[in-house]
Amino acid sequence: MTIFAKFQTLAANRAELLASGINPFGVVIEQICSPTEGVVNGHRVILVGTNNYLGLTFDPDCIAAARTAVEMQGTGTTGSRMANGTYTGHLALERELADFYGYPHAIVFSTGYLANLGMLSTLTGRGDVILLDADCHASIYDGCRMSDAEMIRFRHNDVDDLEKRLRRLGERASNTLILVEGIYSMLGDRAPLADIVAVKDRYGAYLLVDEAHSLGVLGRHGRGLTEEAGVEDRVDFIVGTFSKSLGGIGGFCVSPLPELELIRYATRPYIFTASPSPAVIASTRAALRILATHPELQERLWSNARHLYQGLQALGYTVGPEPSPVVAVIMSSKEQVLACWHYLLEHGIYVNLVLPPGAPKGACLLRCSVSAAHTPAQIEAVLEGFATLRDTVLAVQEAC
Amino acid sequence: MPSYDSVLSEIYEVLQPFAKEGQSLSEETELVTDLGLDSVQVMELLLQIEDRFDVSIPLNIMPDMRTIKDLVLRLIAIVTQPQ
Repeated sequence: MTIFAKFQTLAANRAELLASGINPFGVVIEQICSPTEGVVNGHRVILVGTNNYLGLTFDPDCIAAARTAVEMQGTGTTGSRMANGTYTGHLALERELADFYGYPHAIVFSTGYLANLGMLSTLTGRGDVILLDADCHASIYDGCRMSDAEMIRFRHNDVDDLEKRLRRLGERASNTLILVEGIYSMLGDRAPLADIVAVKDRYGAYLLVDEAHSLGVLGRHGRGLTEEAGVEDRVDFIVGTFSKSLGGIGGFCVSPLPELELIRYATRPYIFTASPSPAVIASTRAALRILATHPELQERLWSNARHLYQGLQALGYTVGPEPSPVVAVIMSSKEQVLACWHYLLEHGIYVNLVLPPGAPKGACLLRCSVSAAHTPAQIEAVLEGFATLRDTVLAVQEAC
Repeated sequence: MPSYDSVLSEIYEVLQPFAKEGQSLSEETELVTDLGLDSVQVMELLLQIEDRFDVSIPLNIMPDMRTIKDLVLRLIAIVTQPQ
């Protein structure tokens, strides 16, 4: 017995994958040509698995802002804001995020993962309760585990189940933080937020919404599901990321509650890590301005999302529960999804492979994420790839 | 307060579909090692037990629930204490 004994199952699974000649978790993008195209294994591929919802990674204004920041402020901050100082860009981005959401308070974190870790591990503690949607992201689960709070799941998007659990808590409901996401990252469905807010108000609980996949995607101004559902004045905390619609890296929390400023002094994933680099802060500020002033990006994103979702449905694929920029194709087995993922990559289409337990209910997924930067011709090419996949790999499997 | 035996009997009922063919369940049966439940199945099992006993089981206690007996004892504690 060694400290590595616990990795035996993982090692066996990895060996099985490699023996099949496919290494889906070792894909190297040798060249990134644009927000929607790259080179993998020497071949040009359409990228349909990057979460680059608004396609801003190559935006000239974002690149220029990052370049200027590097030249003026250097490559990194080399430390945390608490210990080594805050740059003016950090403060400016926090102010701009707060203004964008219409809340008085904002904290910037170094990644989206750290934003959830930082908020959840600090907001709640021993004696408090967390009620989280069962399909929440790993960063939410990890943040909860660090908190010492009692952690209870409710059934995905099931408001009755949430209410039942709040009722069971009795007086402790007022010490409870409810956690949901705007758009869920695996199946692309959104939370029934208006109903969730009504329940949380009824029981006097708090609510945090993770808008990682819905910032820039939902709401007339791109502020996410909270805006779309018309509940911005009734949500306590919104967490988001810079690494999807804003094309950078980092995370944030905004809130109407002044206590958010106290959290800054207690949240270890903020205090004990290096702050975002000047280039990241600068490109994120530029991207946020673009997001706020170019609603046509969101329109194009949704047009592409519906095109792909409906096209896949028409081809007979089982897709996620509603049209969304996250389009999940649900496959029947691990072997099938591996073969299909490999076929698509060989035919110039890069999507995400999701194996159990990565998706809800142990599903196997070909997860696509659509960008505003995809052209209709690229979406058509992706659909053609799925059509030939159906007529070749899947047809052969069905015949066996 | 439900008796140990009555809770045990109900837990056997819930767990039976998860058992391998021909496998008999006992108080010492281990949920992961013996039944081979993966993380998704453990979560599904948890939901079924919560529905049956009308309780919420905190995920925090899962690492301490190795055997069926552990599960029954924790469940009795949860059922009998106000949450």
